[in-house]
Amino acid sequence: MSRKRNYAMVIDTKVCVGCSACVYACKAENNVPEGFCRDWIEEKTEGHFPELTMTIRSNRCQHCEVAPCVTYCPTGSSHYGRDGTVQIDRDWCTGCKACLAACPYDARYIHPKGYADKCSFCQHRLKQGLEPACVTTCPTSALNLVDLNSNDGVFGQLIEGREVLKDKVHAGTRPKLFWLH
Amino acid sequence: MAQVNRRQFLKISSAFLASSAAAGMGWPLISQSSDAQEVLGPDRIVPTTCEICFWRCGVDAYVRDEKVYKLAGHQHHPLSNGKLCPRGNGGHGLLYDPNRLKHPLIREVINGKEQFRKASWEEAISLIAERFQQITDQYGTESIVMFSHGFGASFFKKLFSAYGIHTFSAPSYAQCRGPRSEAFKLTFGHSIGSPEGLDIANSKYLVLLGSHLGENMHNTVVQDFSTALSRGCEVVVVDPRFSVAASKAKYWLPIKPGTDVALLRAWIHILLKEKIYDVDFIEQNAVGLDELWDGVKYATPERTYALTGVPVDQIVQVARDLGRYGSSALIHPGRHVTWYGDDTQRERAIAILNALVGNYRMPGGIIKQEKFTPIQATLNQKKFKPYKGDFPVTRNAGHTFQSKYPFASKIPANEIVNRTISADPYPIKSWFVYGTNLIQSLGDQPGTLEALRKLDFMVAVDVLPAEITGYADVVLPECTYLERYDDLDNRSYRTPYVAIRQPAVSPLYDSKPGHEIARLLSRKMGLSDLFKDEIETYLDKQLKPMGSSLDELKKAGVLKVGETKLYRQPGEVLRFKTPSGKIELASQRLEAAGFDAVPQYQPPPENPPGYFRLLYGRAPMHTFGRTANNRVLGELMPENELWVNQIAGNDMKLKHGEYVYLVNQDGVKSQTKIKIKLTQRIRPDAVYMVHGFGHTDPRLEFAYQRGVNSSDMITSLSIDPIMGGTGMNNNFVTFTRS
Repeated sequence: MSRKRNYAMVIDTKVCVGCSACVYACKAENNVPEGFCRDWIEEKTEGHFPELTMTIRSNRCQHCEVAPCVTYCPTGSSHYGRDGTVQIDRDWCTGCKACLAACPYDARYIHPKGYADKCSFCQHRLKQGLEPACVTTCPTSALNLVDLNSNDGVFGQLIEGREVLKDKVHAGTRPKLFWLH
Repeated sequence: MAQVNRRQFLKISSAFLASSAAAGMGWPLISQSSDAQEVLGPDRIVPTTCEICFWRCGVDAYVRDEKVYKLAGHQHHPLSNGKLCPRGNGGHGLLYDPNRLKHPLIREVINGKEQFRKASWEEAISLIAERFQQITDQYGTESIVMFSHGFGASFFKKLFSAYGIHTFSAPSYAQCRGPRSEAFKLTFGHSIGSPEGLDIANSKYLVLLGSHLGENMHNTVVQDFSTALSRGCEVVVVDPRFSVAASKAKYWLPIKPGTDVALLRAWIHILLKEKIYDVDFIEQNAVGLDELWDGVKYATPERTYALTGVPVDQIVQVARDLGRYGSSALIHPGRHVTWYGDDTQRERAIAILNALVGNYRMPGGIIKQEKFTPIQATLNQKKFKPYKGDFPVTRNAGHTFQSKYPFASKIPANEIVNRTISADPYPIKSWFVYGTNLIQSLGDQPGTLEALRKLDFMVAVDVLPAEITGYADVVLPECTYLERYDDLDNRSYRTPYVAIRQPAVSPLYDSKPGHEIARLLSRKMGLSDLFKDEIETYLDKQLKPMGSSLDELKKAGVLKVGETKLYRQPGEVLRFKTPSGKIELASQRLEAAGFDAVPQYQPPPENPPGYFRLLYGRAPMHTFGRTANNRVLGELMPENELWVNQIAGNDMKLKHGEYVYLVNQDGVKSQTKIKIKLTQRIRPDAVYMVHGFGHTDPRLEFAYQRGVNSSDMITSLSIDPIMGGTGMNNNFVTFTRS
């Protein structure tokens, strides 16, 4: 019996240049239709010339431990995967958009074929022992997939000495994207 | 950090919504296939070499049902290391671009109107051979020139050399990296190469002048930049714009555009005055120190502040940091460096600074790169003799091209334009243009158009109907890099390698690979001794002496050896290929040719009142104008925007998001409109746009009239008198709504 995994992502904003390679890689890997995306780049500039700061980050589904999309899905289509991810069973999805309304992170969209869609951490690749397409392609290695249940120490090494931010913690969702600053 | 709303992001990057409405039609891409894709996976994965830019990363093409649906970085290729930039990720957008050139075209007058008609390869090739023969008979082979960009051009160069055509030019020289090459040759005796021999990953202090790494997206460089940042490298960015790199920097110096030489001279001044340069290294390895001091004696931080606007304390602090970090500091020489016409001297100042900190062949500095040599040859101490194929030079030209610029080691493309117009010293009657859109790449568009009118015959080989193809007499459709073999990629690198470009799928439409086009031409041009071997045999013959074979490389994608001796050993005596055998801090060669031996500051022209200096650069998801029509890449950036300082924009009554025409200092109005981006991230006296948009050829249906082409506005070129580079940043624009 293999140990139960709990996947999360650690994203280093210090090295991310916002190039969008993650977005293109995801779209090709997951056949995301034109006009939609499962991951995206956020860029925020503060201050006035010439005293400026800018934060760039790659964003996507947070794979929350307490996921409102799962809570509010009326059909059970949105569900927790065995590996700590949040997944969508397309066969059960009616496209009712309850999950879109529930998600505090705006991580979902309705696929033209009628079902809700979002980042799956490339679950099909995880099953093959591969990392998500965005992680693999990232030229700056800003994206890191980690298993929070693992004892390999990778998560600890990544966050050691760094300021770690999580998004909308107040929503009580226990999100699993960790941004390093 | 404050919350960023995703919808707001969409607005910021003008991303999906705008493009999806416009881009929907006629788009036969992957999206029709079922969603089962993520379960199905590829039928095969083909390792090959990317050509969405010219960096040549190794890529894996994922093919299913004879369609490339995904591209990823090749794991073992030293330029990609399994990773890939956004442009490379979207390469299938070029392969399946519905606007591709699909068959040969010949210009004809039909009913008194010039137009293209579809032609067979036989017909098109025969016409080229015939016309070249006529032009050769009348004017000599010297009146035929070839322009190229990209390494697919190699077969045509071999063919034309054999025919007696020796005038080869590429905009990558006088419009891009030329000043850097010549400056480093003058200083160190060798150029910095491409990929650059710079040990960025190990730098502890990195100074970037205008280099916007991260927006300029050469995969390996950005990987190295990221590694350096992770390791705590301190970054200084000198840029009128708050670039992405500037957002990672310890210091951002928003310098007054065009005054970089003044700043560099001040840093040299401080290093010498405070004696914080690498004294031992300079004593042993350099000449001209006294002259250097004489040359920068008066470049004090106070005077420099007045010229550059960079505060005195920051000028001094960076200089002292350079002294403190010493050989692990790197002043990056940039890549596209034709800015103000003083570019060779600016690059000289950068080379001198690198010499002074003593980073030559040291970790984090300038390193030595080598070409791939098979391990067997190294073990046996034998000289490795690569197989070069059977390509004799059978004919010489009557004249050889002599540049009027004394240090031009390659032919400046703009000089060919001028001589085509003047026919002096001999007429130039024909251009063969491979893979470079001269209309957008040269600047001085009126000059280029006038030269085109002087030609008797022009051939364009391209994948897309770029503007230049519209001026050709014969257009030959090459297939994309994903459908063809090319020569082996075997350049100098820190981990020397040999990589293959091979077809992932068969050529679409009636397009052909360059090697096949060159072979067809060779038969008609009476050179059937050339290209005797089929391409696969030819590549195999090259690989055999390397102890490999085509079969092996087709599977592996790349052969590589470990890192070479990148760094100097303690006590190692260095020799430089300069006249003195040393690093030349003051250049006698420049002085003898009438130039400053030590870089002096020349003030750039000032903005006319009400005008803004036009600066341009790159976005991570585009390669010049070559990707503007790529629907996959265009989804995130379908057009360019004009960055205008928020306050300056308010003064000009500009609104964020509105579209305006531009008018430059010569009264030239842009052919298209551009969207205004009001931002804090740029100086008030300059505006900025990403180069490569504003296409005017309606055959590029997606890119047509999206954004403005920066080259349209660059009508004044500041020519570098040392090597003929075309400084493009002395142009100024203002706005008009009608």
